[in-house]
Amino acid sequence: MPLTPLQTYFPIGLVLLVGSGLALVLLLLANVLGPRRPNAAKMSPFECGSVPVGSARDRFGVKFYVVALLFIVFDIEAVFLFPWAVLSTELGWAGYVEMLIFVATLVVGLAYVWKKGVLDWAE
Amino acid sequence: MTQTTGKLLGWILGTALAIGFVVVMGQLAIGPAAQSMVPAPATSAGLTEVLFYVLAGVTIAGAAGVALSHNILYSAIGLLMALLGAGSLYVFLSADFLAVAQLLIYIGGVLVLVLFAVMLTNRITEITVSNTSLGLWGGLMLFVAVAPVLLAVALVTPWATITPAAAAHTTETIGDALLSRWLLPFEVASLVLLASLVGAVAIARKEIKAD
Amino acid sequence: MVPVQWYLLLAAVLFGVGLVGVLIKRNALIVMMCIELMLNAANLTFLAFARQQGNIGGHAIAFFVIAVAAAEAAVGLAIVIAIYRTTGSVNVDDVRELREEG
Repeated sequence: MPLTPLQTYFPIGLVLLVGSGLALVLLLLANVLGPRRPNAAKMSPFECGSVPVGSARDRFGVKFYVVALLFIVFDIEAVFLFPWAVLSTELGWAGYVEMLIFVATLVVGLAYVWKKGVLDWAE
Repeated sequence: MTQTTGKLLGWILGTALAIGFVVVMGQLAIGPAAQSMVPAPATSAGLTEVLFYVLAGVTIAGAAGVALSHNILYSAIGLLMALLGAGSLYVFLSADFLAVAQLLIYIGGVLVLVLFAVMLTNRITEITVSNTSLGLWGGLMLFVAVAPVLLAVALVTPWATITPAAAAHTTETIGDALLSRWLLPFEVASLVLLASLVGAVAIARKEIKAD
Repeated sequence: MVPVQWYLLLAAVLFGVGLVGVLIKRNALIVMMCIELMLNAANLTFLAFARQQGNIGGHAIAFFVIAVAAAEAAVGLAIVIAIYRTTGSVNVDDVRELREEG
């Protein structure tokens, strides 16, 4: 008997439930049981242990956006590769060539951003 | 604190209003004649229905948060909720691959991009300033004007009720369809991605130089 | 099994909310988010019909919609950021002129 979606996704639902439940319970326990003795050093924003420099409310650099942009394009490429990958033997060489064209198009984009120096973080 | 409670109350009231509106419109649109057309779900798949309603509620609440919140970060969180709810509903439509794609591309990609854009265009202290909404009543009237049409189309048309196939793993089927029947759109999609990559980098690169 | 009407209803409401958001909000980012909502409503409709008709085409189209929406978001948000950098505003009503400043 084929499984209904609900049955198929039962493990995922269980993980979600346990994960969120655990997080909630731990937060609640920390709130209820943990002692609160604040001082100036404790209340300062955490910056990897060093003394905080400048305001935390500064604007992000635009470089972060470009990284996210590159990520999203190649993320989509990965998702496009997935349905081909599970069928790659059945689709044979024809499918391989088709996918090669797809990937090659995006490699052109990668070459462009590389040549333009977008990938260099430090100027 | 009272302000938060008031806000919460307002949200609950707004949600109740929206649900009531949908129910009333649904009943008006269905009418007694169409009542017989909609087959009563005789199956005892109660959990599926309950989950559907919960997820639909999450989706609508998130969407309302996007459209009506005055804090842009809340809008982003609302978008997350709406996308998650819609993605989970894809699972119920036995579209497991699309659900994963939604999770990877929308929530993992687009939402991050939106959050970065929010951080880039707003100093956190002035977030509420740049998001004034005007004409809420106009928008509501528009909603009242548009929704009945869409609802009527959805409810009055006698959609043939086919018993859908049980959950199949759609990834293979989609792969086969993409690389045969949908080959041209597939390759064009790569060109779209290339164009968007080059275009967006070209737009953003000037800003990098300016930094 | 939830009948197709409920999915269409949900999609209609989602689309309506997105449409209202596009029209009443003046922040370009919120407008983009609402466009994503409307695209999701369209996807929901496609998938509902795909299940009802037992047709995989709906899945393929929804997949392309997701991919193109992501590309659109990437370019659109880059434009919003560029506009913010030049004019200091993300209000869509402030962006009226195509010519350069000065």
